[in-house]
Amino acid sequence: MQEIFGLIKEKAEKLFADGSVNRVLGWKKGETEYDRIPSVFESAEELEEFVYDGFCAANLSKYLIRESREDGKIAVLLKPCDSYSFNQLVKEHRIKRDNIYAIGIDCDGKLDIDKIKAAGVKAIQSIEENGSEVIVHTLYGDKKFNRQDVLLERCLCCKGKDHVSGDEFILAQNRVDTTVKDRFEDVRKLEAMTPDERFEFWRSELSKCIRCNACRNVCPACNCIKCVFDNEDSGVAAKANVDTFEENMFHIIRAFHVAGRCTDCGECSRVCPQHIPLHLLNRKFIKDIDELYGEFKAGADTETKGPLTDYRTGDAEPSLISDRGGSN
Amino acid sequence: MYYKMKVEKLPELYALIASEKALYLPIEQAGAVEFRKWDESSCVRLDCLNTLKSAKGVFLPQSENLVAFKTEGKNISVIDNSETAFPFVIFGVRACDARSFDILDRVFLSDPVDTYYKTRRDNATVVTLACNEPEETCFCRNFGIDAADPAGDASAWIVDGELYVRPNTEKGETFVSRLSQLLEEASDVEKLEAAKQSVRDILGKLPFAELNLDRFKGDNMLDIFHDPAWKSLSESCLGCGTCTYVCPTCQCYDIKDFDTGSGIQRYRTWDSCMFSDFTKTAGGQPRPSQVERFRQRFMHKLVYYPMNNDDIYGCVGCGRCVAKCPVSMNIVKVIKTLGGEKK
Repeated sequence: MQEIFGLIKEKAEKLFADGSVNRVLGWKKGETEYDRIPSVFESAEELEEFVYDGFCAANLSKYLIRESREDGKIAVLLKPCDSYSFNQLVKEHRIKRDNIYAIGIDCDGKLDIDKIKAAGVKAIQSIEENGSEVIVHTLYGDKKFNRQDVLLERCLCCKGKDHVSGDEFILAQNRVDTTVKDRFEDVRKLEAMTPDERFEFWRSELSKCIRCNACRNVCPACNCIKCVFDNEDSGVAAKANVDTFEENMFHIIRAFHVAGRCTDCGECSRVCPQHIPLHLLNRKFIKDIDELYGEFKAGADTETKGPLTDYRTGDAEPSLISDRGGSN
Repeated sequence: MYYKMKVEKLPELYALIASEKALYLPIEQAGAVEFRKWDESSCVRLDCLNTLKSAKGVFLPQSENLVAFKTEGKNISVIDNSETAFPFVIFGVRACDARSFDILDRVFLSDPVDTYYKTRRDNATVVTLACNEPEETCFCRNFGIDAADPAGDASAWIVDGELYVRPNTEKGETFVSRLSQLLEEASDVEKLEAAKQSVRDILGKLPFAELNLDRFKGDNMLDIFHDPAWKSLSESCLGCGTCTYVCPTCQCYDIKDFDTGSGIQRYRTWDSCMFSDFTKTAGGQPRPSQVERFRQRFMHKLVYYPMNNDDIYGCVGCGRCVAKCPVSMNIVKVIKTLGGEKK
């Protein structure tokens, strides 16, 4: 992405220079070699710290809920998958589109530092992205990875290289496709389990939850002004899972709430400190919606009514669930 | 005095300890390594540098029952269903987490003493484990912690396939004496000292080995509090509780009532200053936006806590928040931004 990094920076400088925006939403380098912090740049000088590389995974669209309400116009950098979240937020009237200049930027897949570290890498001094290779220099020696092996899970079933929204696009000459698997492959594995096995799988995963709320707070679809789980008067507000029922239900209710609106951006699983594969809950709902109502991609545009917010006489009947069955 | 045994005998060691007391170890379950109670089926991961959550949960659990209320007719009965005390050993605590216990002690063992916490502390024997391969996120050195020679009731090292143990306190002496059938006196202490030195060399080369903490003192409290940098530092913060919940020194808690349907369960739970309802009272929310909440967390660790506790910082440099923050914003960035780059 080195070739487009320069182009993006030049574009941002130009936007500041001609006064078309007063802020740019992008990423800056953090303290480690792989830390990339979502940041609002307020001048061309501040862009010195701007970075765009394999670790700029954070989806910036949710910050626009706040930023598009500030004075002036903000330019935002959207990777193809982020542009779905962006559209969805526009559709839900959560961001003010007129105050935003959206720049679609290319993406060749984002790196998963946890996968790199799981391979035993410690004391990282620097990381080189070199085409299809990632070379990590550490105090204990160097380690070379095939880029494909250390990509985020979501990039292995990439939604595609095309942006679904944007005022202009900055793309690379050679565009890389990182897709190696169908995104419903893991859902099908779960569906093939017996209910007991499936329950066991989810109990094992969800019992790790520490209720930090990172999944909820990063999620562009979780955009309620006040979440029911933060509302003292709701009777369900909690800072810890009191029992196993709560452990399960927090995530299941959240998945239900974003059903039909979740664009499968994968941020929930990326930020979970406990590595719970939360995206699988969302993908199960997406797969069910596709099968029951016809294929639907949340965020593909800013107008179409979602299958769960639109009533048609031919809609699936609830009895379908019991007909579908499921037994041990 | 150092003792040692072969690493292959660790399962025997665990079984021997567990025959007398409960034993907590870094144990992997569904890919997550945490301090959990050991049994023979446990997957022990002494090689894990940082457990996901810190070791503090053994003394201050994320949630614990305090008391239950049950209504029968016109009577309300109050039932003490808090945990029954039991003696235990926590083994494999890293130097940073061991220091965090001192920081928590100053809070929970000061008047008024937190009896739930104190009971667990009194019942515990803390056995630490020296670090062999520190990570880039480690910065314990800045707080005078030696990861190559950790504190605790007893300290342990793994060098060349051997486990070395050194008792540091009376509890530690008792711990070692109970293991006499497995441990022998170590005569090759030079080898251990050389290993410690090589780890210290690595610790000195880590990227955050020398942070400049000079500005963080009571005299500068208001100056730091009003620093304009807090706005940009906090702007990416999601307001989640990841940093707080993985932190070994975060100590704030809430007491809540849970309606069980047939009564009330009163429990204590970790709280997070990053949450919107933290310390919210009838009078309102004292920290209305994320800027104030974010500032609170770091002011507490770097200024308020030291002011009240003989200049000891409320951070041990374990690096969990550095590794886990979803937006890569962390205490190192805060220290560098507000305190300057290098010493």
